Amino acid sequence: MKKLVFVLSIGLLSFCGFSQESELLSGKSVPSVKLKDMDGKEVNTADFGFDGPVIISFWATWCSPCKRELNTIHDLYTDWQEETGVNLIAVSVDDEKTKNSVPVYVNGKGWEYLVLMDPNGDFKRAMGVNNVPHTFLLDKSGKIVYAHNNYAPGDEDKLYAELLKLKDQN
Amino acid sequence: MNLSKRKLLTIGILSFHLVSFSQEPKTNAPNISGNMEATVQYLNPDTLIGAVQPPSKALINAYMNVFYRQAGFKAGMRVESYSPAILGYPDNFDGTGIGMRYVGYENDFVDVTIGNFYEQFGAGLIFRAYEDRSLGFDNAMDGMRLILRPIKGVALKGVYGRNRYKFSEGRVINSSGIVRGADIDFHLNEILPFMKDKKLDITIAGSLVSKYQADNRDDLVLPENVGAYGGRIKARYGRFYSDFEYVMKDNDPSADNNYNYNSGHAALINLGYSQKGLGILVSAKSVDNFSFRSDRDESLQNVLINFLPPMNKTHTYNLVASLYPYQTQPVGEMAYQAEVLYTFQKGTRVGGKYGTTVNGNFSTAYAPVRHTSNFTTPDSNRVYYQTNLFDKADLLYWRDINFNITKKFSPKFNVVLSYFNLSINNDITKITNDAKGIIYSDVAVAEFGYKINKKHSIRAEIQSLTTKKDKGDWATMLIEYNVSPNFFFSIIDQYNYGNPIEALQVHYLIGVFGYIHETSRFTLSYGKQRAGLFCVGGVCRFVPASNGLTINFTHSF
Repeated sequence: MKKLVFVLSIGLLSFCGFSQESELLSGKSVPSVKLKDMDGKEVNTADFGFDGPVIISFWATWCSPCKRELNTIHDLYTDWQEETGVNLIAVSVDDEKTKNSVPVYVNGKGWEYLVLMDPNGDFKRAMGVNNVPHTFLLDKSGKIVYAHNNYAPGDEDKLYAELLKLKDQN
Repeated sequence: MNLSKRKLLTIGILSFHLVSFSQEPKTNAPNISGNMEATVQYLNPDTLIGAVQPPSKALINAYMNVFYRQAGFKAGMRVESYSPAILGYPDNFDGTGIGMRYVGYENDFVDVTIGNFYEQFGAGLIFRAYEDRSLGFDNAMDGMRLILRPIKGVALKGVYGRNRYKFSEGRVINSSGIVRGADIDFHLNEILPFMKDKKLDITIAGSLVSKYQADNRDDLVLPENVGAYGGRIKARYGRFYSDFEYVMKDNDPSADNNYNYNSGHAALINLGYSQKGLGILVSAKSVDNFSFRSDRDESLQNVLINFLPPMNKTHTYNLVASLYPYQTQPVGEMAYQAEVLYTFQKGTRVGGKYGTTVNGNFSTAYAPVRHTSNFTTPDSNRVYYQTNLFDKADLLYWRDINFNITKKFSPKFNVVLSYFNLSINNDITKITNDAKGIIYSDVAVAEFGYKINKKHSIRAEIQSLTTKKDKGDWATMLIEYNVSPNFFFSIIDQYNYGNPIEALQVHYLIGVFGYIHETSRFTLSYGKQRAGLFCVGGVCRFVPASNGLTINFTHSF
């Protein structure tokens, strides 16, 4: 019997350890980095101040797939917002060379996203982003529930399906 | 093990409760995140294109960042490995070891970091510590950084330390010089009650950076402490915005400026206007004698304290991006840029059903005028000339005129057409050994995207570059097949059909396969790669020609 208890407690421990690990991987919150928006106003990435789910999309003016992704979502954005209450935050990793072209592109394309500037890659580093585009989906409590590194046409459908899952949970 | 199912269930429920309970205090929960990248190459010799096989045949670059945060405390490290480094990577990356580590604490008022950190003051003209691992650039500071936010709208930053010089046998070697600096930033609309909610939005900031390096010459009296200082103003009024930054540097004799005792300057002006559907930007830059390193005898991209952004667009199509890219001349240049982007709205004649976007961009850089008449040579002060702000000479360094038009014809089909006219002065910004003077080139690109169904899509690019100099004309064909969200496959053929040497009219053919699963990305490519410049943010490294297999894996967690 002692042996059984021993085995059981080990099993229990490893079970806890395991489920905690997967918790760490999927349910992480966003680290606090102070970024500026296009107007120069400071925004703390740990608290964007939105009620519903949030999409964080890392992009740059020189990144074609990033622009394809954000332009595709732009066409669907009104529907997505009405349906799920989502807000998209487009984090530009353009450095000083191309940073000034960001408002030209964003306004020229008529994007309605909150655009944040990350010219020295501080937020990119904190979020573990290797290359752009890299997109994160946060539930309304700010936990990361889905992430994807790349963009191919059709990826927006997968993202939307993940968004709808959040809606079903409420 | 004769354990009943019921017992197992009870244990399962118990442990589940335990886990969910331990999660409850959310704000104090530990948070571990990070990312890694590994690139492995296996190279074949190919004498025709000048590809060499390294003695070890295989090469590897790998690193992993791990960041830990809990209740304001933070710590992080990166382990790097180059055994040996991949082809074309700077040779100051070698071995396996810890490349970065820090501890720190942060709340709304204070943010302190001891160890390694990256930071930028303003546009980076006098201070920028950053990394680009794909490029092999890392001038991380090693020391201390303190950021204070005493009231809303005010940020004060202080930095002190040495910057990274190289990674040798698995250990970071820092520069022999010390760098210290401070920056203060006031966003007036958040500070002054009467400015709150005003249409005019103003930020004023100033910085000071100084470096110390012992005098290491017998023949010169070198300044051991060199100061640089400057200010910036950012103003926005409705749809208009403007940015001004001006920085000066005391005399800083170095290998870059032939040990002259001139002071230096750098200035940046950006003026913009944007509204929904239209964006306009006009920029100007003046740089003279503004190479700023913590070791005066260093060269290349080593131990730079600052960053002088080139004033031109970053191109993405490969013939445009990697054959004739431009890098800022820190010794001096006068540069200008203008950009317009306009979207013809949906439902208009040009706009069609989905809207049509047109974009035009012009950038140019010239030599500065050096007034030497008041200076007698040999001048005992070693001050040889004077250059004024925006004092442009006739010698052209760079010019780029480009246009593109993006049109979506249906939900399934879109087209991007682009034209680029590039002129680069190869005597000043050396990019090839096969040409002298200014290299003029014309590039035309057509890109097509077709969505077959919800998951499958095809993208194709046809590129043409024509030039009378260097390696002559090039054509590139690219076909990419995507299966969302997990796979892609592409074939790229770069054909140097216009090479003056007939034997070198070679097809550089590469196949790429990629697999993406959430935040993991695996790519495998095989084929011939021509020599070219790989650039990020205006910093470039030369990558020699290669023939072989490259495997890349990235993961974020």
